Amino acid sequence: MRIKRVFAISKKEYLQIIRDPISLSLSFLMPAVLLFLFGYAISFDIKNIKTCVLDQERNSKSRNFISNFESSGYFKVISYLEREDEIDKFLDSGKTALGIWIPQNFSKNSEALIVIDGSDAGNASLILNYISDIFLADKENSSKINLKIRFWYNEDLKSRNFIIPGLIALIIAIISALLSSLTISREWERGTMEKLISTPLKPSEVIIGKIIPYFLIGIIDLVFSVLIACLLFKVPLKGNLFFLSLVSLIYLFGGLSYGILISTATKSQILSIQISIVSTYLPTLLLSGFIFAIENMPDIIQTITYLVPAKYFIFIVRNIFLKGSPVNYLLFQFILLVLFSLLFFALSIKKFKKEV
Amino acid sequence: MESNISIDVRNLTKKFGDFVAVDNIEIQVRKGEIFGILGPNGAGKTTTIRMLCGLLLPTKAEGKVNNFDIMKNPEDIKKSIGYVSQKFSLYEDLTSFENLSFYEGIYRVKEKNVKEWVIKTLELEEYKNKTAGKLPLGIRQRLALGCAIMHKPEILFLDEPTSGTDPVYRRSFWDIIYKFSSEKKTIVLTTHYLEEAEFCENIALIFNGKIILKGRPNQLKENYKKDNLEEIFIECIKDKE
Repeated sequence: MRIKRVFAISKKEYLQIIRDPISLSLSFLMPAVLLFLFGYAISFDIKNIKTCVLDQERNSKSRNFISNFESSGYFKVISYLEREDEIDKFLDSGKTALGIWIPQNFSKNSEALIVIDGSDAGNASLILNYISDIFLADKENSSKINLKIRFWYNEDLKSRNFIIPGLIALIIAIISALLSSLTISREWERGTMEKLISTPLKPSEVIIGKIIPYFLIGIIDLVFSVLIACLLFKVPLKGNLFFLSLVSLIYLFGGLSYGILISTATKSQILSIQISIVSTYLPTLLLSGFIFAIENMPDIIQTITYLVPAKYFIFIVRNIFLKGSPVNYLLFQFILLVLFSLLFFALSIKKFKKEV
Repeated sequence: MESNISIDVRNLTKKFGDFVAVDNIEIQVRKGEIFGILGPNGAGKTTTIRMLCGLLLPTKAEGKVNNFDIMKNPEDIKKSIGYVSQKFSLYEDLTSFENLSFYEGIYRVKEKNVKEWVIKTLELEEYKNKTAGKLPLGIRQRLALGCAIMHKPEILFLDEPTSGTDPVYRRSFWDIIYKFSSEKKTIVLTTHYLEEAEFCENIALIFNGKIILKGRPNQLKENYKKDNLEEIFIECIKDKE
């Protein structure tokens, strides 16, 4: 490998990036858009769940029961009903997601009916969680047992704390594979590759030369994402910043190599984009544990998730951010990530053909 | 005299599936010679020149290009040749100067002021800082030629270097070729302008993947008793059809 050639490639690539508005906006605008979109728009916390109440007891115990719901902050009573069939109407029409029916004799036998709109399963299970929280807290008051519930690692149970670290993985996966997969297929499409491979240039020189400028872009995106996560979204960063940087760079390198590998298999830019989106964005979104818990997937899908490097990266990043786990707890995932990155790099060099 | 031979290749064959693009041809080029590969579109000229450059591995071949085995050492061949492809193959978003600098790096040119030498020889001074994509066709081809001679190659391969250009440009192009050839450099080019055959020292006419005529233009005219090469070519092609 000759440094002079690698340098020539990197410099050329750099000049092309800064003169191409599309490359530039993909490099810097897309991560920002994704961060703000996911950070602000997607939240799994629900507040002010619309609730209707049919209180047929109307005494202090029943009012106390209702106020437990309201004071939790999760529920907002928007309507007090008179008749039983009104609950059906309110839930059917979607005016409320929850109906509370307190029949007469509630004070004596403590029986009440709570109806949850189950058409959105995710919301329903959240509501159920909230309700059981309320009751556990209530029990604490009445029986004077000093029972406290605490959630570990994500004390506020803010879903944003959970999403943003995963989002960093998603951003790097897309940026790296997309940008780098375009760079070689673009040269085939424009005819510049034919001239390039007529020179004594080696595959490793082309690939390393092309990776370097995108690696630098990736670092800028990474720093930007971590800063936004910590400063704007106030995600706690409890762990080792150095280890976080190291893991991110390895993941970035693997992503770039993977993109190059894609572009060695196709000479068309459109196909490169499609393959890189389908094979990085989708698995990172669906199979990495980013949003959907891997433990809840069918066995066969769970096995497939072992082939998604984003899974290891997201695991490590979340643990560093939220738990501050020591490095040796994350070693297994770290080693797998290194192996994946090296494998993609080696394959991309092996598959790069210097033939028309 | 081994050292006097630039290219000596026999049984050169390329098949794409069932289609035989180049069929058992034989090419010898002496050092410092201007060798023209002629033929109609689709005859197999580009495939031939790509195989000689090491850009395309032949299905079958024996022999050497610049003393390197054509089957075994295509990467060594690439060190000592320059190649200008049919399509414009430079970076359109880079300036002429940046394109030259790029290939200076790729060929690891050690000599100083090579870019300046190329710019002067090919009269590119006024286009130096212009974006390559915005240059007129003739200038682009001159720039492509410049990028292929940065490392002073022993053999220069040119695939349709004059196609689509005007006669004035073609004249100045041939002046440059003669200048280069006078430095004992070998030039192999393809063209479908039959009148350009006159400028070559040695020619081969390819038709349907086979060489159907070869020799020196003057010799051929004598043999066929014609004073126009074009007529000889057309006669040969008609015979084959």
